[in-house]
Amino acid sequence: MTTSTLDAVVRSRVRRSRRRGVVIGILVALVVIAYAVNLMVGETFYTPYEIWRVILGETVPGASFTVGELRLPRATLAALAGFCFGLGGVTFQTMLRNPLASPDVIGITSGASAAAAFAIVILGLSETGVSVFAIVAGLGVAIVVYTLSFRDGVAGTRLILIGIGIAAMLDSATAYVLSQAAQWDLQQAQRWLTGSLNGATWDETVQVLVALVVLGPLLLSQARNLFMLQLGDDTAAALGVRLERTRILVIVAAVGLLAFATAATGPIAFVAFLSGPIAARIVGGAGSLLVPAGLVGALLVLVADLIGQYAFDIRYPVGVITGVLGAPYLVYLLIRTNRAGGSL
Amino acid sequence: MTQLDSRPVPGPALQRRPARVRTLWILAGLVALGLLMIASVAFGSRIVPWSDIVAGVQGHDDNLGQAAVVKRIPRTLLAVVVGAALGLAGAVMQGVTRNPLADPGILGVNMGASLAVVTGIVSFGLSSATAYIWVAILGAAVTAVFVYAVGSLGRGGATPLKLALAGAAISAALASLISAFVLPRSDIATGFQSWQIGGVGGASYDSLRQAGPFLVVGFVVSLLSAKSLNSLALGDDLAAGLGERVALARGVAALGAVLLCGASTAVAGPIAFVGLVVPHLCRLLIGLDHRWLLPYSALVGAALLTAADVVGRVVARPQEIDVGIITALIGAPFFIYIVRRQKVREL
Amino acid sequence: MTATHSLEVSSLELGYGDRTVIESLDLTVPPGRITAIVGANACGKSTLLRSMSRLLAPRTGHVLLDGREVHKMPAKELARTLGLLPQSPIAPEGITVSDLVGRGRNPHQRLLSRWSREDDIAVAAALDATHTADLADRSVDELSGGQRQRVWIAMALAQQTDVLLLDEPTTFLDVSHQVEVLDLLTDLNQTRGTTIVMVLHDLNLAARYADHLIALADGKLHAAGDPAEVLTEDTVRAVFGLDSQVITDPTSGKPLMLPLGRHHVTV
Repeated sequence: MTTSTLDAVVRSRVRRSRRRGVVIGILVALVVIAYAVNLMVGETFYTPYEIWRVILGETVPGASFTVGELRLPRATLAALAGFCFGLGGVTFQTMLRNPLASPDVIGITSGASAAAAFAIVILGLSETGVSVFAIVAGLGVAIVVYTLSFRDGVAGTRLILIGIGIAAMLDSATAYVLSQAAQWDLQQAQRWLTGSLNGATWDETVQVLVALVVLGPLLLSQARNLFMLQLGDDTAAALGVRLERTRILVIVAAVGLLAFATAATGPIAFVAFLSGPIAARIVGGAGSLLVPAGLVGALLVLVADLIGQYAFDIRYPVGVITGVLGAPYLVYLLIRTNRAGGSL
Repeated sequence: MTQLDSRPVPGPALQRRPARVRTLWILAGLVALGLLMIASVAFGSRIVPWSDIVAGVQGHDDNLGQAAVVKRIPRTLLAVVVGAALGLAGAVMQGVTRNPLADPGILGVNMGASLAVVTGIVSFGLSSATAYIWVAILGAAVTAVFVYAVGSLGRGGATPLKLALAGAAISAALASLISAFVLPRSDIATGFQSWQIGGVGGASYDSLRQAGPFLVVGFVVSLLSAKSLNSLALGDDLAAGLGERVALARGVAALGAVLLCGASTAVAGPIAFVGLVVPHLCRLLIGLDHRWLLPYSALVGAALLTAADVVGRVVARPQEIDVGIITALIGAPFFIYIVRRQKVREL
Repeated sequence: MTATHSLEVSSLELGYGDRTVIESLDLTVPPGRITAIVGANACGKSTLLRSMSRLLAPRTGHVLLDGREVHKMPAKELARTLGLLPQSPIAPEGITVSDLVGRGRNPHQRLLSRWSREDDIAVAAALDATHTADLADRSVDELSGGQRQRVWIAMALAQQTDVLLLDEPTTFLDVSHQVEVLDLLTDLNQTRGTTIVMVLHDLNLAARYADHLIALADGKLHAAGDPAEVLTEDTVRAVFGLDSQVITDPTSGKPLMLPLGRHHVTV
């Protein structure tokens, strides 16, 4: 081995980790800014100082209610749910080595949605009940899809296709449930299904936060194994990754995050789908994508909610905005992925 | 490949079936369809005595029972026609794409038609049924071409996985556009919702009349492309070697399928999985020769959709379950079965 | 690096679903040598290699590395002794050569351990050994087939295992690159004493480069031993169903198989 090669290796590794550090730093800054803007802007404008006092628990006329009870939970939920969606989405995309294999496509979101629609329309459950239903169903669908695609080990392609089939079935179940709905329930269910931050409460926000605190570290502990899975199952296994164990841990953690976030906000379209590829674009292959994708997700939801609330004369739920913004990027991504022949 | 008799051409991709078996299955299909049509007129969410059924079929509508029967007749006809169109379109699409998972629903074609109709209603104030059909066909055609083009980019051409993903992803994208259009308009939301599930419940002779011409052209074009689909089954290069103009043949066949999908989506809403399940079933029963497979797929599609409609009316009395839901519940497990059967390399 | 390890397969049966691919197979890989596995398509060569590297659990029988069952060894411990390069490994889009090679260090790293000096040295040594140092910052997508294969071998080298299994390392390469890859593996074997086991398609290249040749037919061991003893006209007939003439290669002194078809044969 020559020293010049060693130097080159060290240099390129340092460059990669520095780039990663810079990217994460910038993303964190952007999320903080977007979060602050979400707190300040609205019917009434409040200065950062007033908001800071509200956060510290002081009583500020007007702001204490508007910021403390409405904007703070809403913006916090937006950031947390976005982070969960980004994290969960990129996990599936990395594990299945296909940016299109996001939870929205392979049935997990559909399962949570069908369950929520059922809980709202048929059972007439309250918010907590709806959440529990959505979470259980999301996990249930993940287990069913995983089991059905198991034949001498799980092949990514088979899992994706079976997920698409299950999603189709669940979507039609949702449609049926909605067709049985009374007008009021229908609107509530539809709003939930589009993904909305309206009526965000501290209770919901805390639930998502707890999920993130518990499941996030579990997922991050598998970050390096996930990273190795990018090289293909055989290569990863030859490099000492235990495939089934990694997959199961990662699926449980990711589905849990997705389900809790979905239960709180409804399936916000395309956030899980887009965060990973956008993060991959910015980070440029320098290390694990988990944290950058989570930050991108948080940023997407915060910005989309701002646009949905204030950019038009009608208030759109955040899911409509992410859907409309995400659709063209999705199609672009599809074209690019197929050209390149797969992999994130 | 140019002989004129109607025997199937033996070849690597064409499996021969004894003529007698085939005739038997065709007769069985016809009988089943006939019985199902009778059932479709006779049974429904309202239980009607036989005397009223007979009176209703003769055109009387003196009481509620007879009136219900009168309304069931166009509904049955529509189920037959739409089912036949979807079954045939599925068989043609699977032939054109050489892909076992091709189905108008999975390829996102239905969603394309839906978005086109919604855009038409919301942005251009369309209201006539004929306008719906034109717009739906246009939407279906554009989406079909687009999904196929995207799915066939890159290594390996249009593999089942790439097509299904392209279809699912583009469907998701279209669905979110649809909800962006519909959500602020609660006046059209409910009506659109029921259209989007897919049903033949609102059938009238009018809707049949409007879709009629498109469907007829679609049927004719599709059925005429049977022979070129037989050549395409051997692969593009071989088909070209056999003197087939591959691009043209594929375009014509796809046009037929798109007409069928678009028109049936316009009158009955998007109905998924009929186009997937039926051709697979028919291939098992009648072999791989498209000259038999295509008409038989139409026949079985008609029977399946009629059956699904009857089931939907009977199981949840006094309510009805839309036919699109029944077909998805039957079809999705079948889809999963096909996926599980395939070897991983072929996906 | 020169530790020798015994690798043995005893009464092994392998299969997928209902299909049995390998039946009651016994063989021993000579330590510190190059072994090539040959056989007709679908005779179970790759399946055997996958099982030897823990990727496929045997139905019955064992794969023993230094007397321990590989399927019961901790994954990372095994991966520090035995490496595998699959037939078509996947390079993530946009990954650079040095990043890819660096991933070979995975079995040497613990959950939270930082990247160490040792890791850098291993990567640099692997790049030098495979003559890919000048490609270090290039994206793997841009490389030619031969370059890419050398990079993958570099990744396997960075893993620093004493036993290296390769599944058809020369497929999709033109003849000059095939020779280049096999020369590289021979260098490795001679300088570091790495035990190499590879599946090869080309009988003549296998006979030329291997010290030990294993011929499989229909999931069973047909012959194993020195290439001069294994590569005979009888073996070729039994394994491939082909008539042939085997002569001594004047350039290497190894056996050289000439197929005898139905045409253009004058002897």
